[in-house]
Amino acid sequence: MITRDAATPASGQLSVGEMLLAHGIGRRGFIKFCTAAASAMALPPWMGAAMAEQLRNAARPSVVYLSFQECTGCFESFTRSFAPTIENLIFNVISLDYDDTLMAAAGDAAEAALASAMRDHFGNYVVVVDGSIPTGAGGAYCTAGGRSAVDTLREAAKGASAIICVGTCSSFGGIPFADPNPTGAWPVTAIVGGVPIINVSGCPPIPEVITGTLLQLVSTGQIPDLDEHRRPKAFFGNTIHDRCYRRPFFDAGKFAKTFDDEGARNGWCLYELGCKGPTTFNACATLKWNGGTSFPIESGHGCLGCSEPGFWDKGSFYSAESTPQWGKAGEATPKQVVELAGITAGVGAVLGTASAGVSRLRQASRQKAAEHEHQGDE
Amino acid sequence: MDLLSFARGPALKVALAVFCAGVVWRIAAFALLRIRRDLNRPRNSLFKYLGAGLYTIGTRSWPHPEFIRRTGAGEALGYSYHMGLFVVVLLFAPHIAFLGSLFGITWPGLPNSVITVIAVISLTLFLAVLFRRVTSPVIRMLSNFDDYFSWFITMLVMVTGLAATAQIGARYSTLVAVHILSVDVLLLWFPFGKLMHAFYIFPSRAINGAILARKGAAS
Repeated sequence: MITRDAATPASGQLSVGEMLLAHGIGRRGFIKFCTAAASAMALPPWMGAAMAEQLRNAARPSVVYLSFQECTGCFESFTRSFAPTIENLIFNVISLDYDDTLMAAAGDAAEAALASAMRDHFGNYVVVVDGSIPTGAGGAYCTAGGRSAVDTLREAAKGASAIICVGTCSSFGGIPFADPNPTGAWPVTAIVGGVPIINVSGCPPIPEVITGTLLQLVSTGQIPDLDEHRRPKAFFGNTIHDRCYRRPFFDAGKFAKTFDDEGARNGWCLYELGCKGPTTFNACATLKWNGGTSFPIESGHGCLGCSEPGFWDKGSFYSAESTPQWGKAGEATPKQVVELAGITAGVGAVLGTASAGVSRLRQASRQKAAEHEHQGDE
Repeated sequence: MDLLSFARGPALKVALAVFCAGVVWRIAAFALLRIRRDLNRPRNSLFKYLGAGLYTIGTRSWPHPEFIRRTGAGEALGYSYHMGLFVVVLLFAPHIAFLGSLFGITWPGLPNSVITVIAVISLTLFLAVLFRRVTSPVIRMLSNFDDYFSWFITMLVMVTGLAATAQIGARYSTLVAVHILSVDVLLLWFPFGKLMHAFYIFPSRAINGAILARKGAAS
């Protein structure tokens, strides 16, 4: 649990409520905002008001955003949140004290801002991590201000009240972690311990899932209910398949066979085209993207399973979930199956012939012994 | 490597390899066994007794009228769940995708609801078969570990498959992984247990029929 004492505004410092009032946002408007955010997180209706009350009287919690081995896709996604919007979040709810993509400062000034945030809010700031942490070559694959990602993360984690891993790279290693993992990349959980870690996986995650998780954490001070991969159950509690609007076609056995056949045009299930919806836990089918406009399956492409650990190494994106995956080569092809069957059948034939041979030899030996005995009797 | 990747990856590969090698081994060993030469003069022509062998496959696949009241229901039970199994294995869309990736051909399937109903009926019949085996003194006496384990592993595949379809008990990925693992175990056991009847049943009937026809006995 995050302590709230340190979140009480210091003398002369405005609380979130006072700051919102100064911006012309009244109590009612703020409750509306919190209720919308609570609703997006599938929290009970009363949580909206509770969050608003908590936030209104609190100082804006300090958040430092660390970008490591990543493509900035997660941050791009973060900036496209509709409820709450990023400007609302960073200007009114949190104090984003360090983010090397967004901040105006650069060089020593930027690094000083990070050091200052970690010193002034020690034990109370939230760390958001974007990207995996390369450990190869002494951490030289990812450095900022002359320090490696792994050192920066370890130091930031010491005074953090919680860490939110944004994206599959920081949550599970992601693409840098994929075989052969040339940079020795690891997820945050493999580097630091002793601090609550929340994984908001996805490549990238849904914007509202990032902001919603952050908002819930800073407003309630509580770590949300997490699944076994440390993901908030509010967003990762169901599979995409469970909530997919194409599910009735799966149940009816109607599948698109190619991306341009009649089934695809009719919006049938994309299971046979490799959709990973049945094994992927995320909120794409409910929250959707771009303010609830659409999501990949609605656009005609199967789910890639990007919010699941190791999604990059699980074989082809275009082979059905139930197809055999034979290691690095991906799915088993009929040619490989014939080869395997041919080799093993050959082994079987040799074993069978040998078994029959042994049987014949024993039979002949017994027969000879019987004949010998018979001759002896005579 | 997660459980699903293991189940449909290395575990499946090993299981298929053992299955292929084991089946060919047992068939070859059976086919190459020394058969004592029958020195008697054949009572029928070669064509006739080979034909009679094929005919026996049909006649021995259903009880003789004299025994039908005693064994007909049991045989009907057996055929029913076998048919159910074939429908579920061959006409369920994820199975078709699985087999299609192995053999390169696909075919139309049945709606999930139909498959689920057939699977539940097959499961019930399968339980009835076990009940019959346990309650009939003769069949119980003839049964050994092989019978019960072959029943158990087939049942496990059906139960885990139904659980995965209905998503009961665990996450879908876990259920599918357990289902595929149970199939892997079935493939490993197949050549060495009574499940081999799938390959032996018709040839053995044909051979018996042909031998008897050669001796002039009705089959």
